[in-house]
Amino acid sequence: MRVAVDQNKCIAAGQCVAANPDVFDQRDSDGVVVLLEAAPDAGQEDGVRRAAAACPALAIQVQG
Amino acid sequence: MSSSQVQDPTGTADAPFFPMSRKPGCPFDPPPPLREAAASHPVSRVTIWNGSTPWIITGHAEQRALLSDPRVSVNDRLPGFPHWHAGMEQVSTRRAPSVFNTDPPEHTRFRRMMTAPFTFKRVNAMRAVVQEITDDLIDRLLAGPRPADLVEAIALPLPTRMICAIMGVPQADHAAFAAQASVGMKRDVTVQAQVESFRWQHDYLADLVRARAAEPRDDMLSDLAQRVTDGEITVEEAAAMGVGLFVAGHETSANMIALATVALLEHPGQLALLRESDDPGLAATAVEELLRYLGIVHMAQRRIATDDIEIGGQTIRAGEGILIELASANRDPRAFPDPDVLDLRRPAPAHHAFGFGLHQCVGQQLARVELQVVYGTLFRRIPTLSLATTLDAIEFKHDGIAYGVYHLPVTW
Ligand code: HEM
Ligand code: SF4
Repeated sequence: MRVAVDQNKCIAAGQCVAANPDVFDQRDSDGVVVLLEAAPDAGQEDGVRRAAAACPALAIQVQG
Repeated sequence: MSSSQVQDPTGTADAPFFPMSRKPGCPFDPPPPLREAAASHPVSRVTIWNGSTPWIITGHAEQRALLSDPRVSVNDRLPGFPHWHAGMEQVSTRRAPSVFNTDPPEHTRFRRMMTAPFTFKRVNAMRAVVQEITDDLIDRLLAGPRPADLVEAIALPLPTRMICAIMGVPQADHAAFAAQASVGMKRDVTVQAQVESFRWQHDYLADLVRARAAEPRDDMLSDLAQRVTDGEITVEEAAAMGVGLFVAGHETSANMIALATVALLEHPGQLALLRESDDPGLAATAVEELLRYLGIVHMAQRRIATDDIEIGGQTIRAGEGILIELASANRDPRAFPDPDVLDLRRPAPAHHAFGFGLHQCVGQQLARVELQVVYGTLFRRIPTLSLATTLDAIEFKHDGIAYGVYHLPVTW
């Protein structure tokens, strides 16, 4: 699985970190998403998909 | 008028009046016509206070699409914007630009100035403080007379203390500030009262921002004061941001605390589950389900189309008002099986209690921690908590922009 985030779209709602804190983080200065792991392993996939579905800004793209 | 027009939910001539009344005896359910709309015509029209007939969106999928559509604007100065009431319309021309009334790129700029204290990690690091305040408030409640008003004792003070602490409002001013902020949340507020309370809060925070510019502390107002000093925003914009945060962040959480208490007491099986379960994940799913089920933001979020939009088989024309009624989407049977069942273990929390899209709630992670702590603590510490009144004697906030109860007499 490949994940990409669009920091310009992100509105810092934190749904992604709530869904998977190993793959997503938020910048201290303004809460904008930081991608920790662009190629998460199988065990992470579920949380990543939940994050992408929950993101209110449609800022998370998942492939595979 | 032909009969087909009478039955046409998208016609303007006989668009029903909004807001609508809930069914007597069903204080937790959205008004029946909205429930029907969500199920059969999720994009229809209503008539509002000024006689205009904006669209009302009740379906979950349709709301998700429109709330993330760049042709849907929150710019409340555009002609035809479907304001909540006359007071709001009057204030709209004087309100400084903020997250509430701007679209990107301005919205992005303002939003990023306010999000830092509300990230998932920053807020979860405050969980111990929320727990401490909650325990303190429960101690005081238990030490005081019975019955007591849960709204005054716990529901209002907890979120008020949290948002004031984060912003840096001195504790001595919390009550005065909270009283002013609640004025604008009422639906039938006079224009005069609306303008006066708005000015009071604005001036109070502008003074505080100036004080923090001179003597910064470790709080949000000091951070905004620094941005004023740097020329990024004006004092007016900083004050508007503070007013907005306070208004959005204290009564909403308070309503969720008190209304959920009523709902749980009316659903003893679910309450027992919450009180007795040793599953640490239950408090979290319980909060999401109560947010969905109660749908407290029930006065419809206001938007305007800046271009023609095809949605749900209808065409919304550029310049037409759009009402996004979040509570009915939370009961949309296409999105939630058995939507009227309160099920604290319900998975997939794709509810719209915090909205969706670029304006989704800034304070949602704080609200979640507050609610997880309160629901997880209150009923364990006071297992005999019960209503000191009957359901039909409770005064619900039918006129509030956020639904809840004015007072909640409880005993134990
Ligand atoms: C359970 C409690 C809460 C509920 C149900 C709630 C609900 C909402 C909803 C539905 C919106 C979207 C409005 C729209 O799209 O038009 C919103 C926005 C907002 N909320 Fe909350 N809220 C809660 C708590 C809080 C708290 C604690 C804070 C602040 C600390 C807060 C601050 C805000 C702000 C600033 C916005 C505007 C965001 C923007 O326009 O970009 N809210 N809230
Ligand atoms: S869920 Fe989306 S908007 Fe929220 S922080 Fe993550 S990427 Fe940003």
